[in-house]
Amino acid sequence: MADSDGRQVDGVNHATGKIYRLKLFFNNEGKELTKEEKQRLRKEKKQHKKNKKDDKGPPEKEKEKEKASVPAPSKPATQSPAHKAAPAPVHASESAAAAEKPAKSKAELRAERRARQDSERTSKQGKKEGGQQSASSKPKATPNELQPVVKRLPEHVQVDDPAALKKLAKKLERQQVRQIHSCDLPIVPLRSDYGYKVSLFSHLHQYSRKSPPTLQISIPATVIHPSIVRLGLQYSQGIIAGSNARSVALLHTFKQVIQDYSTPPNEELSRDLVNKLSPYISFLSQCRPLSASMGNAIKYIKKEISNIPSQCKEEEAKGKLQACIDSYINEKIILASEAISKYAIEKISDGDVILVYGCSSLVNHILCKAFEKQRKFRVIVVDSRPRLEGREALRRLVKKGIRCTYVLISALSYILPEVSKVFLGAHALLANGYVMSRVGTSQIALVAKAYNVPVLVCCETYKFCERVQTDSFVSNELDDPDDLIVTRNGKSHLENWQTVKSLGLLNLVYDVTPPDFVDLVITDLGMIPCTSVPVVLRVKNVDQ
Amino acid sequence: NVDKNKLVEYFRAQIREDPDVASAVAAIRSLLEFLKRDQSETILGLRENMTKAIQRLEETDSSVAVSSGGELFLRFISLTSLEHPDLSQCKNVMIERGELFLKKISLSRGKVGKLCHTFIKDGAKILTHSSSRVVLKVLENAAADNKRFTVYVTESQPDSAGKLMAQKLHNLNIPVTVVLDAAVGYIMEKVDLVIVGAEGVVESGGVINKIGTYQMAVCSKAHNKPFYVVAESFKFVRLYPLNQQDVPDRFKYKADILKTVKDLNQEHPMIDYTPPSLITLLFTDLGVLTPSAVSDELIKLYL
Repeated sequence: MADSDGRQVDGVNHATGKIYRLKLFFNNEGKELTKEEKQRLRKEKKQHKKNKKDDKGPPEKEKEKEKASVPAPSKPATQSPAHKAAPAPVHASESAAAAEKPAKSKAELRAERRARQDSERTSKQGKKEGGQQSASSKPKATPNELQPVVKRLPEHVQVDDPAALKKLAKKLERQQVRQIHSCDLPIVPLRSDYGYKVSLFSHLHQYSRKSPPTLQISIPATVIHPSIVRLGLQYSQGIIAGSNARSVALLHTFKQVIQDYSTPPNEELSRDLVNKLSPYISFLSQCRPLSASMGNAIKYIKKEISNIPSQCKEEEAKGKLQACIDSYINEKIILASEAISKYAIEKISDGDVILVYGCSSLVNHILCKAFEKQRKFRVIVVDSRPRLEGREALRRLVKKGIRCTYVLISALSYILPEVSKVFLGAHALLANGYVMSRVGTSQIALVAKAYNVPVLVCCETYKFCERVQTDSFVSNELDDPDDLIVTRNGKSHLENWQTVKSLGLLNLVYDVTPPDFVDLVITDLGMIPCTSVPVVLRVKNVDQ
Repeated sequence: NVDKNKLVEYFRAQIREDPDVASAVAAIRSLLEFLKRDQSETILGLRENMTKAIQRLEETDSSVAVSSGGELFLRFISLTSLEHPDLSQCKNVMIERGELFLKKISLSRGKVGKLCHTFIKDGAKILTHSSSRVVLKVLENAAADNKRFTVYVTESQPDSAGKLMAQKLHNLNIPVTVVLDAAVGYIMEKVDLVIVGAEGVVESGGVINKIGTYQMAVCSKAHNKPFYVVAESFKFVRLYPLNQQDVPDRFKYKADILKTVKDLNQEHPMIDYTPPSLITLLFTDLGVLTPSAVSDELIKLYL
């Protein structure tokens, strides 16, 4: 039987074909299943399984996999022309039902029910969000985990899986529940991925700067605060970059949001404001994935908001929250950088040759302060494409009067013998001691270790996060691949990279450096070895 | 100033009477005496006097342990509620805590000895560096446990402290051989483990010890022999050297040399820094620690 894609399905067990059709009716949009129908389904399934006890597994499994990637045939009872749902789950569960073990039946039933609910949800969605793009109907199987023999990672964890995308869209939609909106367009739009993604990183999003997230929302957006929209655009276009800058901008914008907020009647500020912030945060993470520092800042704000006593008047509460945000910025960022500079200056001696990479606001601040304190040193700024952030660092340092040299990262092993210390900034410090920073940092640390040059990482404690990561693949950020296209002498060779099917452009943003390459971490709490990050996290949690 | 001179004299007397005592313990005893005799009117004044006293002691004996012991002592006695309206009451509280601290650290060497001697197996060949009273205690405990082992001690120039150690071990009936400092690489294949003392344990988990320790550590790493450090907890100091150069000058040279000599480049440093990557385990009265746990303990002690 041919599916809606037009692909021929071979090897279908025609004996059970009838049952397939029966059980797949809910994959089409429209009618909600009544309880009786569901129960009837379940009974039939049990029966069916008892009959199929003798059928062997493996050949069926193969067919399952194939069938799993094919949408179900339409069922006479309920049809909808625009169905895009993933009926495959049922296929899989069906064939899995064919597997003899009765012990599996409960798990299978549960999975089948789950799949059914999923597809029901998606079908409802398909109706509501007509304008919602959804991936082309090539659904992949969700409960592959049902297959007792073959254990594969469920494909729904992939970001480009339409079922997962729909789940995400559904989550975004749920955040609009309490607001009254009449527009048909989604409030927090789902940004679509751009271009071919290298397979190792296919679980990450890759957006293009040319299609900003605001294309799909109605301006003026009724739900998202305009300063959040502005902030999101600034993030996505790269106007605000650098983890400190992003966190400070976020906190200032939240101050504005709190200023403009007014509690609706019969609502408590502490609960409602948190709910109001959630779609904003989703929007911002669609514009650009949140950094660890932003995540910690948001956690802090949410905690402060929910700690507002209910008898507090609105103006007072707002004032308190604004004061909290101000003190957070002051303590965790501004004063922390002062403390870090004090410790770091002890480590800079006269005659030092210091190597820095990219543009870290903290490292630049340290060097400027050390220069003010009359330390005699010179700086080597290492830079890399495509961001070329080192130029900004170079500009700031030269303006102060510090003697600088500028090289690209390919010249690293050439200049390292001259270097006495390496100062690196960090985007986040992970709980197992790994340093997450701009891509290229781990390379610098590695080569410095080979030359026995001490590597010092400077990081405020608010960037410490509980995550554990040992490689740069599992969680990273993919930047716009078009950034890698360079025009020389009027020619840009990579201009039409999308037409070449076997070509992928990878523009990574972060990488992780293992703690063995880092000699010292300077934080506002003092100088600690890289392995003591979990101790600091523990002390911080105890404080809170 | 008269007080300070008296303090230094008391300190020197302590060391003379009890040559086996750790210099830090002697320093803390003197500081406690100083606290008892102090005449200041305010707590702040008291603290200032104590800080000055510690500095004066550091000038007398420039080892890291005196500096770290003094600072820990000061922290320990002030880490209590000093909200009493009467100054003498506060002083009494501080003196009490000071006595407590002193008692604790006097016992620390015994604790370390008890912990470490189980790591010495029967028939073991041990290499040690220069003269350390803690290592001596450990070996004493092991010998008392009826374990048979032989010890190689380096001569440890320029003061030939190794020969002193050999003499002490000989008195304990432990078979001992003195080797040249230059023979460490030669002897490394014969030994089973290396145990050294420490003058100071730094934040990174590395140790500061008599010059020659670093190369012994590098050799033992190359031969895959375990490198153990035994140290009491009052030797934990809030330094973080990145390399040999980064160790402050005031620790590297003897106190009298620091005062008299103009160009330190001509002098030979008495200590070196061993980075944590070369150390297998540290035996302290807080327990058996890996180098990365030292920072944890330091944070607990100081924060």
